[in-house]
Amino acid sequence: MVKELKAEVKKLNFYYGRVQALKEINLPIERRKVSALIGPSGCGKTTFLRCFNRMHDLYPHNRYEGEIILHPDNVNIISPQMDPIEVRMQISMVFQKPNPFPKSIYENVAYGLRVRGVSKREVLDEKVEKSLRGAVLWDEVKDRLNHLAFDLSGGQQQRLCIARALATNPRILLFDEPTSALDPTATLKIEELIVELKNEVTIIIVTHNMQQAARVSDYTAFMYLGEIVEYDKTDRIFTAPSNKLTEEYITGRFG
Amino acid sequence: MKRKLTRKIKEGAIETILFLSALSSVFITISIVVVLSYESFGFFKEVPLIEFLTGREWTPLFAEPKFGILPLISGTLLITSIALIVALPLGLTAAVYLSEYAPHRLKEIIKPILELLAAVPTVVYGYFALLFLTPILQKFIPDLSGFNALSPGIIMGIMIIPYVSSVSEDAMRAVPMHIREGSYAMGATKLQTAFKVVIPSAFSGIAAAFIIGISRAIGETMVVAIAAGGMPNLTANPLEPVQTLTAYIVAVSLGDVPHGTIEYKTIFAAGMTLFLMTLVFNIIGFWLRKRIREAY
Ligand SMILES: Nc1ncnc2c1ncn2[C@@H]1O[C@H](COP(=O)(O)OP(=O)(O)O)[C@@H](O)[C@H]1O
Ligand SMILES: [Mg+2]
Repeated sequence: MVKELKAEVKKLNFYYGRVQALKEINLPIERRKVSALIGPSGCGKTTFLRCFNRMHDLYPHNRYEGEIILHPDNVNIISPQMDPIEVRMQISMVFQKPNPFPKSIYENVAYGLRVRGVSKREVLDEKVEKSLRGAVLWDEVKDRLNHLAFDLSGGQQQRLCIARALATNPRILLFDEPTSALDPTATLKIEELIVELKNEVTIIIVTHNMQQAARVSDYTAFMYLGEIVEYDKTDRIFTAPSNKLTEEYITGRFG
Repeated sequence: MKRKLTRKIKEGAIETILFLSALSSVFITISIVVVLSYESFGFFKEVPLIEFLTGREWTPLFAEPKFGILPLISGTLLITSIALIVALPLGLTAAVYLSEYAPHRLKEIIKPILELLAAVPTVVYGYFALLFLTPILQKFIPDLSGFNALSPGIIMGIMIIPYVSSVSEDAMRAVPMHIREGSYAMGATKLQTAFKVVIPSAFSGIAAAFIIGISRAIGETMVVAIAAGGMPNLTANPLEPVQTLTAYIVAVSLGDVPHGTIEYKTIFAAGMTLFLMTLVFNIIGFWLRKRIREAY
């Protein structure tokens, strides 16, 4: 199979005010693969991930430099001319802590569609079911779609957030340590789901859990102090890293 | 050793003082309830409860007195409703603006100004309604009488905006940022996020703010006493003069009704009714506020 790129990060710099958090990042994002970002706490993984859906635009004094080219349209999603809302319409995100809205299960999943002006019941019904099936949650909630989302367990809430993110057919799905607030069983379910989902959507996942990166990802980038130290196929990174720092990190000597 | 002893005495004394002042407020509250109940009990010995609750006329000072509380309740509810129609949407809009939109600097200016609305003496509002707003309204509504429910209702609404907005704003600001981010990440605009996610998340707090506004409106006296006209009137027409429970109480208290007469006791019967009405709203508000804390 030919490799196909979904996105390309070129010379990305990012600044929180005067503090530079990302330095000269270059990275290819393979289409319909899982790319993992690993590295010690504070190295800039979250900061990098949040560039892809322009989350930094919500806060003042943040600044991007460089390009993140989205294929096949070939547009730079971090250029000032690009509307952040337009970007978020195409690139969805699942957060570290499950953050369902104070609405029913159904309305949580339908949220992105409603925001886009979809209100036809049949369309919504179909999309909600499809997304909940996609997130392997349908069987657990199909009889109580109008219950409040807070009634679900933490793991179910996170899968609900995944369903919510899937409902709008995103081109890239971002995960920021999606299992850090979950127990091992719920974690396993989410990991299986991520592997399943890559058949349909390109995935970038941040994790500080190296076993998780090894289990779910096809490619891995190791970050340190705001830079990408090494990027390769996941099995290579974990068996034969070419950089000394990477090796020290994955063997648990720091981080 | 000696230092330790003096400190212990000091601490003990302070604790006792604090306890006594807490106790005194409880004691005062209980005595108010006892006096209210005792005096209204005396009233109900002379006037049957059924007449009080169902009678359609309230004329205790007439030669042939009638003791139906309904006109005062309807007056209270009418003016309160008008006030809420003004205060709830404006208060909520102000809260959304302050919590979600206003840049920090501007907020620092707007908030004190809003709070100033609550600091103006209510007498001033009363005369403002009577001498300024009513004449203006009469230009548009020729049927409006000089004393009416509409004008003090509107002014009272403006008066309670800060109560509604500041509590609502606190509730909205307490909504964690990651909930908002979830909405933005789905491609929502700021307006959509504010109305579809932040307001529902802050629902119990906003409801509590509304309850505070309602209690404040029901309990307000001066504005109505001055601008609504002192006529108990069983009506839903805001253009007519009305009297509220509070306005009746001041009106009678200011006159010289002899202690112990039935006229005197009506003050307490009306007071008891008012007390029960605000109590109900406060209990609802308390319950709602307890629920916010459980939500996050
Ligand atoms: N809002 C912010 N303002 C300023 N500095 C920040 C902000 N968020 C993160 N940082 C800094 O940027 C660096 C990268 O943080 P982050 O991307 O959260 O790391 P990671 O997700 O890898 O743990 C850290 O040094 C952190 O202190
Ligand atoms: Mg992080």
